[in-house]
Order: sequence, then C-alpha cells, then structure tokens
Amino acid sequence: MAKLRLIFVKEGRAVYISHLDLLRTFQRVFIREGLVLRHSQGFHPHPVISFALPLSVGQASECEILDFEVTENVDCAALPDRLNRFMPEGIRAVSCAGPVRPVRDLSALRCQVELVYDNGVPEGAAGAVAALFAGESVVIQKRTKRKEMADVDIRPMLLSLKISEMQTSLCLEAEVSAQNPGLNPALLAAAVERYLPQYTPDFVRVRRLETLTADGRAFR
Amino acid sequence: MYKKLERILPRVQKPARYVGGEYNAVMKDKRDVDIRFAFCFPDTYEIGMSNLGFRILYGVMNGMSGVWCERAFAPWTDMEEEMRRADIPLYALESGDPVRDFDIIGFSIGYEMAYTAMLNMLDLSGLPLHSEQRTALTPLVVAGGTAMYNAEPVADFIDLALIGEGEELLPEVIELYRRAKAEKWEKQRFLRAAAQIQGVYVPSLYTVSYHEDGTISAIVPQDGAPEKAVKRVVHDMDKSYYPIKTIVPSTEIVHDRVTLEVFRGCIRGCRFCQAGYVYRPVRCRSKDQLVRYGQEAIRDSGYQEMTLSSLSTSDYPELVGLCDGLQEFCEQHHVNLSLPSLRADNFSMELMQRLQRGRKAGLTFAPEAGTQRLRDAINKNVTEDDLTESLKTAFSGGWSAVKLYFMLGLPTETDEDVLGIAEMANHAVHTWREYASNKNRGVRITVSTSWFVPKPFTAFQWEPQITMEEYERRVKLLRQAITAKAVTYNWHDGDTSFLEAVLARGDRRLGRVLEAAFRRGAKLDAWSDCFDLRRWLDAFAACGLDPAFYANRARTRDEILPWSMISCHVSDAYLWRQRELAYQSITTPDCRTRCSGCGANVVEGGECWHG
Repeated sequence: MAKLRLIFVKEGRAVYISHLDLLRTFQRVFIREGLVLRHSQGFHPHPVISFALPLSVGQASECEILDFEVTENVDCAALPDRLNRFMPEGIRAVSCAGPVRPVRDLSALRCQVELVYDNGVPEGAAGAVAALFAGESVVIQKRTKRKEMADVDIRPMLLSLKISEMQTSLCLEAEVSAQNPGLNPALLAAAVERYLPQYTPDFVRVRRLETLTADGRAFR
Repeated sequence: MYKKLERILPRVQKPARYVGGEYNAVMKDKRDVDIRFAFCFPDTYEIGMSNLGFRILYGVMNGMSGVWCERAFAPWTDMEEEMRRADIPLYALESGDPVRDFDIIGFSIGYEMAYTAMLNMLDLSGLPLHSEQRTALTPLVVAGGTAMYNAEPVADFIDLALIGEGEELLPEVIELYRRAKAEKWEKQRFLRAAAQIQGVYVPSLYTVSYHEDGTISAIVPQDGAPEKAVKRVVHDMDKSYYPIKTIVPSTEIVHDRVTLEVFRGCIRGCRFCQAGYVYRPVRCRSKDQLVRYGQEAIRDSGYQEMTLSSLSTSDYPELVGLCDGLQEFCEQHHVNLSLPSLRADNFSMELMQRLQRGRKAGLTFAPEAGTQRLRDAINKNVTEDDLTESLKTAFSGGWSAVKLYFMLGLPTETDEDVLGIAEMANHAVHTWREYASNKNRGVRITVSTSWFVPKPFTAFQWEPQITMEEYERRVKLLRQAITAKAVTYNWHDGDTSFLEAVLARGDRRLGRVLEAAFRRGAKLDAWSDCFDLRRWLDAFAACGLDPAFYANRARTRDEILPWSMISCHVSDAYLWRQRELAYQSITTPDCRTRCSGCGANVVEGGECWHG
C-alpha cells in the first residue's frame, strides 16, 4: 500500500474538461491500465484519488497533481508511459513519485497569463499594467460562494510579476499564492479590465507552469 | 477554426462537449482519406453519444479504408448564438473542419422532433436546406434512423434516406459515392444509381399527387426507382460489428456506460409499437460472444457500469446464462450490471434481485393500459396478476419506489380504462402494505402517462389521435381519481405529442411547414424548454395546411399512406388484421409461441428465428 503522486499536463482540447469529469476520466484511465487503486470502505467503494488544486475550466497546466493509493508495488518511473496509452487528447502524465509531501506545503503557483490583443499591444499597456500591480493594493470584485459580489484585494496574493511584450500579447509571468487564500491568476486580467479598461485584452489565456513550496522550490 | 472557437468556449455551458479529443475518438491523416463523412446527430452531444447505433456506424465507417467518419452534434442555444455571432460554421469534432466541406453529411434521426434540429445544423453549416438547391454531388446529404420509415416530412431536404439497419447499407452507399466522385458523376446520375441499392430511398425520384381532399392519389417512381424501397437488416448478429473499442466521452453523457445489445427486434408485437414491427425479425447475439464483448468493452473503456439493451431484454432466451457469465467478472471489477426493459413477470424480478447490489432505487413497469381489456386490445400481454406478483417480490425484497407507465388515448380507450390506471396504482399501494419488508421508509408509486401517438408501420397507423381537449379531459379524470397520498401522477405535455402525431404520419407537403417553423425559431423541439407549439401552428397557417388533418383524422383501409413507397417487410394486410383484432380485444401470441405471418420472415428465407 503506497501513496503516490502523479504530475500531469492538461492542455489543448483537454482544458475544457471540468474537475468532476477529470476525476471520472482518471478513474477510467487507471482501470484501462489495470492498475488497482485502494478503494474507500463502505457500501459504494470508490477509488481514493484527489487533485491537489482544482484547475479552472479553460486554463492549461504543466504541473497538475493527482494523488492516489495503490495496493501493490508499482514501478513509478514506468507508470507515466503506461498511463499515457489510455489518456484523452491533451492530458499527459510526466512523472510519478512517492511517498508524497503533504499538499499543505504547496504554497505558490508560477503561472503565465497571456493578455491577447488582436491588433497589437496598445502603446503604454505594458507600463500601465506593471504600475497597476506595483501598487500596494488592487481591489477587485469577486463572486463569493454565496453568489454575492465582494471586494477582494488581490495584491497580497501576488508574490512576483514579470511582464514581457510580444507582438500581439502581453505575457504576465506571475507567482501567486496557491491556497489559504489562493489567487486564481485569471483575476490578474480581471484587474486590468477594471482599472485599465482602455487596455482590456481581446482574450486571456492562462497556463500553470509550476507548483512551489514556501521557499520557492518546486513542490513535488 | 480553433483560434475562433477558443474565444467563445469560455462563455458557454459545458464546453467539453464541443471540442472532441475523447479517448478512442478516431483521428486519421487527411492524406490517407478520400471520403470524409460528417456523421450528424440532430440533438445534443450528451444524447447523441448515448446512442448505440451512432457508435456502431461510427466504428463501421472508420473501419473502411480511405474513409474518415467524424461527428457533429446540435449545439445548445448558447453555443449556437456564439457560433453565429463569431461566424463559426458547424464543424466536425475530430478535425475541427467545417461540415460543409465533407463529402457526405449523414443524419441519424431517431424521431420526428429532431427534424428542425437537422434543418438548423444544415443552416449552421452554411448549406442550402433544399436538396434541389444543392446541385453538386458534394456534399451529399443522407439520413437514416427509425424516423426515416416515413421520410416524407424531410423529403425536400435530404438527398436520400437509408431504410433499416446501416451496417451493410451505409458502406455500399459510400462505395458507390466513391466511384461517382472518382468518375465525376452528376448528382442525378448518382441518385438514380443509389436508388437501385436495397434500402436506399431517393425522395426526389418519386412523384406524389393528391386528391382534392388532401389525401394522396398516386405515388409514382421515376427513372427506374423501385416501386418500394425495402429496408435492410443485419442477418447474423454474431457476425455484425460491435463497438468494443468505442469513444469514452470526457464529460458525462446520458447513458454513460457499456451497452451490450443482446438482440434486435421483438417477439411481442405490441400493436402501438413502431420499433416492435419495423425491427422484425428477432435476431440474437450468442451468449458467449456477449460475455466476451462485455468484458472487453469494460477493460477498454474503464467504465464501471454495463447494461443489457434490447426492446425486451427478458425475452432473450439465454438471459440467465448471460447474467451468470457476466456476474462474476462484474463483481470482481466493481462493475454494476443493470437490466432495463424487463417485463413485469416473476422471472425478471428474481434476476433483478440477484444482480442488484446495494441501493434499491426504483423499479419501472410499463403496463401501458389500465384494464385487461385494453391491454389485450394493444396486445400488451401483461396481466394484473403478473404485475401484482412482481410488486410482491419487489416490495418484500426491499424496493420502495415503483414507477408505472401508461398511455392515454389508445384506440378503443374508455373512461373505465382511464380509471383503471388509478385502481392499479391503489392496488400497488395495498400490495406494498401487505408485503413490504420495511414499512418505515414509506412507499412511492409514480404513475406517468403519455399521450398515444399513432405511428407508421403499426396496427394503429390508420387511427386518429384523440383531440387535445379530449386528452386533457382524460388527464383530469385520472388526476381526480388518484387520491392516495403515496401516488404521484405525472403526465406528458400535450403540445409535443400532438406535433409528434402530425409529423409521424406527415406527407412531403410538411416540408414547407418544417421550414416555416424553423424560420420562426424551432430548432431543438425535443427539449420542452425550447419547444413552442405556437410557432408550429403559425407555420401551418402560413402554409395553408391543417395539423388536425394529419393527427386527428381516421384513414380508410384503401387510402394511399404517405410512406407507401417504403417496406419494412411487415405487410399492410397483416397490420390491418392486427387492427381488427385490437377492436375485438383479441391478442396475438408472441413470435416464439406461434408465427402469425407478418411477412418479416422473408428476410430469413421463410423461417423466422425460434428461441
């Protein structure tokens, strides 16, 4: 009996698979591979698997984390390739290891928020965006769990930010707080829309790049 | 295409159903392909992907070399709006290429309410709706499925219909098309040649003329088209394709499980049931093959649910053996095996009890009518005793929720028959009181009634549907008669059933009505939240046609019915005989007990299946 952790990529067409659907998808991938997972006890046993940090629908990621338990010895190094034969397009396991570090140690995410401007990045956008996030607080409106709108200051959850300008996009590479509370990187774009409406992008692409511990090292 | 799609997908509900990329979706290199087939389902992804026939034909076509079959479904209203605004035409999920660029566009049409969704999909593709306006061979628009036994309402829109089962027929049509494309045939030449293939019906090759009263005076085939387009069937189920390796959607669909088709056809011959007549004769898959397919399909898909499917699964001769063969595997692999469409008899109940592990959620029975007289008239050979015995077993076995399905408006129905439904429900409550193993949970009896829709190729194809007022009166009568607190009564919305009755037995003049209703916004009529009868009534008025002519009129024996150029092997003489027996409440034994000479045995050279 061992607790294992799978790191996988979710991109392309697979970004539209919701959290619950992804759970079902992985349960089936394990069955196709013939890997027996530990099941919950009780009347309706189900495999014990969980994702560390649910990813919003539409966002891509290079560092998704799936924790599961197996009942027999497993060759971790070989597992990603074994599983990849049975994945839907856009999901790809990259590594597997165990035993695992507790998820509470996952403190930050490095991610890329791409602000796309179809007619080219407007003059002054890069500087204005940098200045916006250099401030002490950036309050935006966010829908709460009770479906009310509430003011949230996202600035304290933004740990670092690098901005690079391409021809038709501004690329924000940000480190954001991962949990308790965590920041959905898409809200960086929401802040731009609120405070710099003249620089509202035509489209926003979000991609998780790496999970980090408090001391800035890769979380595995 | 993806660049444009990416912009709109964040704004629509359940975007995963619009992108493809699922496990086992077939991807091919376009350079290896000379025929591209867009397989369109005129309903949502969740419905279409739940259709076993759709999966079978997807597998059959992709098994052909040089053919790439891709899928397209009707977008939900939010997605459709976004697509139209962003100028994205209907596209196929596998490649993302526009459907209008395909060689053949094929619709699978299970029932009449999908017609406008088909028109909407053609329109979203940017294609002219009318067959005659698409003058080139490519793209060819074809349609199959049960609704095509009367293709007349869509005769103006499709180039040809495929009658019956498509496993062999569709490849033959594709091969002919391949030749026509290579030799650069005109569309007309192709259609004339296609009409010679058994199972192909080319509406444009038949001229229909009418009497002054609106009934048909003649149907005349042109250019060598056959007098009757005769349905195709698969002869040997064991040799026919079964999709072991099939697409596993990445988002939840309606029937999200492995479906094992145990047989086709039905031995029962319920007189209202179109499927029961048009899928004749009964053809079984062997038990051993089913056990193997079931295990392989579970291993390949990773599903943990499996269901046995057919028109009446308790009639599978080797059902116990089949369940024995699957049970151990299913238990070992945490697979839940379920058996829908069981008859209300004891044998089925015992089987249910054996297989049902854990939750005993609900059981459904379909007595269809409230009195024995009417059940005999419709040839639903279930007795009240059968039902009582089944309920006893169910209640003593721990079930506490039972659904009972009935139809209102069946031919010969009287108020006594309607009230009989309430009596059956009350009787069910009494049975529960007497036999329930655990009374603490209470009991829930749900009575559901639908409004009978007469369909082509049934014993009731000549019958009028009762009027809306009369239907509503009978609903009210039943509602007042159901007094027990434990009984809930649901009835089907009348508007949909009325239109279904119009379209089911419609002639090709309804094409104009379909188009007019579509132009007024009808496009997902199978969904009650999108359906509006007023649009249709306006459309009828605009076209100068009366829907009651189609729904509420009794046909005479000698009337030329709009679908007379189609044959499902079951003869009109037989159907009329069944109708007369219905009026005398005389039952017809099932096909296994005695052959009653319907005509379907010509398929097997005079010998039908005996189990």
